[in-house]
Amino acid sequence: MDIADIKRPENLVYRKPALITDNVMHYCPGCSHGTVHKLIAEVIEEMGIQDSTIGISPVGCSVFAYNYIDIDWEEAAHGRAPALATATKRLCPDKHVFTYQGDGDLASIGTAEIIHACSRGENIVVIFINNGIYGMTGGQMAPTTLIGMKTSTTPYGRDPKLNGFPMVIADMIAHLDGTAYITRQSVHTAAAVRKAKSAIRKAFEYSEKNIGLSFVEIVATCNSGWKMSPVDANAWMVEHMFRKYPIGDIKDVLK
Amino acid sequence: MAEKILMKGNEAIAISAIRNGVDGYFGYPITPQSEVMETLMKEKPWETTGMVVLQAESETSSINMIYGGASCGKKVMTSSSSPGVSLMCEGISYMAGAELPCVVVDVMRGGPGLGTIQPSQSDYDMIVKGGGHGDFHNIVIAPASAQDMYDFVDWGFELAFRYRNPVVILSDGIIGQMMEKVELHPAKPRRTAEEILEAAPWAVTGKPAGRPRNIITSLSLDSDIQEVFNQKLARKYAEIEAREVKYTEHLTDDAEYLFVAFGCSSRICEAAVDELRQSGIKAGLLRPVTLYPYPFGRIGELAGQVKSIMSIELNLGQMVTDVRLAAGGKCPVGFYGRQGGNIFTPEEIVEAFRKFNNLK
Repeated sequence: MDIADIKRPENLVYRKPALITDNVMHYCPGCSHGTVHKLIAEVIEEMGIQDSTIGISPVGCSVFAYNYIDIDWEEAAHGRAPALATATKRLCPDKHVFTYQGDGDLASIGTAEIIHACSRGENIVVIFINNGIYGMTGGQMAPTTLIGMKTSTTPYGRDPKLNGFPMVIADMIAHLDGTAYITRQSVHTAAAVRKAKSAIRKAFEYSEKNIGLSFVEIVATCNSGWKMSPVDANAWMVEHMFRKYPIGDIKDVLK
Repeated sequence: MAEKILMKGNEAIAISAIRNGVDGYFGYPITPQSEVMETLMKEKPWETTGMVVLQAESETSSINMIYGGASCGKKVMTSSSSPGVSLMCEGISYMAGAELPCVVVDVMRGGPGLGTIQPSQSDYDMIVKGGGHGDFHNIVIAPASAQDMYDFVDWGFELAFRYRNPVVILSDGIIGQMMEKVELHPAKPRRTAEEILEAAPWAVTGKPAGRPRNIITSLSLDSDIQEVFNQKLARKYAEIEAREVKYTEHLTDDAEYLFVAFGCSSRICEAAVDELRQSGIKAGLLRPVTLYPYPFGRIGELAGQVKSIMSIELNLGQMVTDVRLAAGGKCPVGFYGRQGGNIFTPEEIVEAFRKFNNLK
């Protein structure tokens, strides 16, 4: 087969999702955000819900998520995305509403907002990117930073006596009656990407059933913040992050 | 003739919201304004107009719920009192930056800190001069009766949507708690989805194929873009200042002495003016109804007519700086106030007036 034949559209087995815009992404090479954005765009496209989906972006690296996925967006103040999503969904119950938040946004400054949105059982989807560090502000400690992990505000490693312990948000909210589906995934291998996509799809489908909040945590890398190559960051994540944040479903009220 | 009902100012806010087609109220309990949410919960408007009412986990969350609701082009509001409004300032600034319409009611109490639960006007500077970080203005309207509380909700939304800007109803514990007769004007339905698309084409409603995505944000990392936006806001504020100034006057035509007072203080001041008139002193009162935009022009005119002006406020003297600015040195400007939740009587005001003007 000639190379020109292989490149014909009907022969393509992989393409950029229609809902990913042509804007140049600002994410660092090796960052997990781009992959997760792609999965969300694919799920929205495949479910045919572009015209009924409203995304809420956070403060942090993914503040500009609205530049990359071709849907309507609200950009929240730091940590407040679940409050915006609450009102958006209650005032527009026929829409699919999701927040996209990092660990500084969701697990630190926005803890009250996420806990109470979960507790109220808001019918929204929360995508939680947990890479154990503040990316945008230059690699400071997050609530999810592992013990011993070096960041710009824990230059000698996180010490529980000084900095407390890592927060395991997904397990905490699993105890709340308002949550319907809670899962922890990653996107470091092709197999993991496929599983993460199924989880995101399930979360969006659950949000149509009005059975409570669906929460997809993605354990992610921040190779610039961690000061590692993308490959090393993936290996480090598997070895250390997965031990504290194990991959798999945590709660599913329909099972 | 419209129905007249005896109710508290706080209740008037709630009933007005339901009857004027407000889509959502999000709030957090705090004295002296808790009746707003209590009344809404008792009335259950979600069963009649479809209005959403939700008790949030904090004022921070309430104001951000308003941000979310306003992003969808809905008429959304919250209410609180001074310490709670401090918490809301972050969200108010974001809404000014994202050009979102909303109505926030501040039923002021004494401060700083936790302060008292009694009436005060000590949030003037916070709301009129600030209301959060950055270069922006709230539109601020100051009710002086339960009827105003009722009427200002609809007026507030009119202004908020006309200018895509937060509107603060700056009330106080007296106006919120006092019971007065309120005339209920004919009800107005909530806007339909089509009407929202027309009134708020910028709103986040789900992107149909063929229109660019709508993005509600206050972020820009480029100084040149941010500056262009700030200057666009400046033009909006200039238009607001040219078109929306509102005030009332009492016996100013032949006045030789002027009082300036807003909200509950203007009611008490009116009695002081009448008392002075009875003793042959030609006093008058100007009540700014809008605090931003402020009636600088009219106060300046009157400053050229009267012998002196006194600003009467329930604080240490906040609005008086604007009165001085308006008077422009044309006449002496004095101040009298009570603080901490205490309220002046008309007699106290008369006494302070005589002292300031060296009158027996």
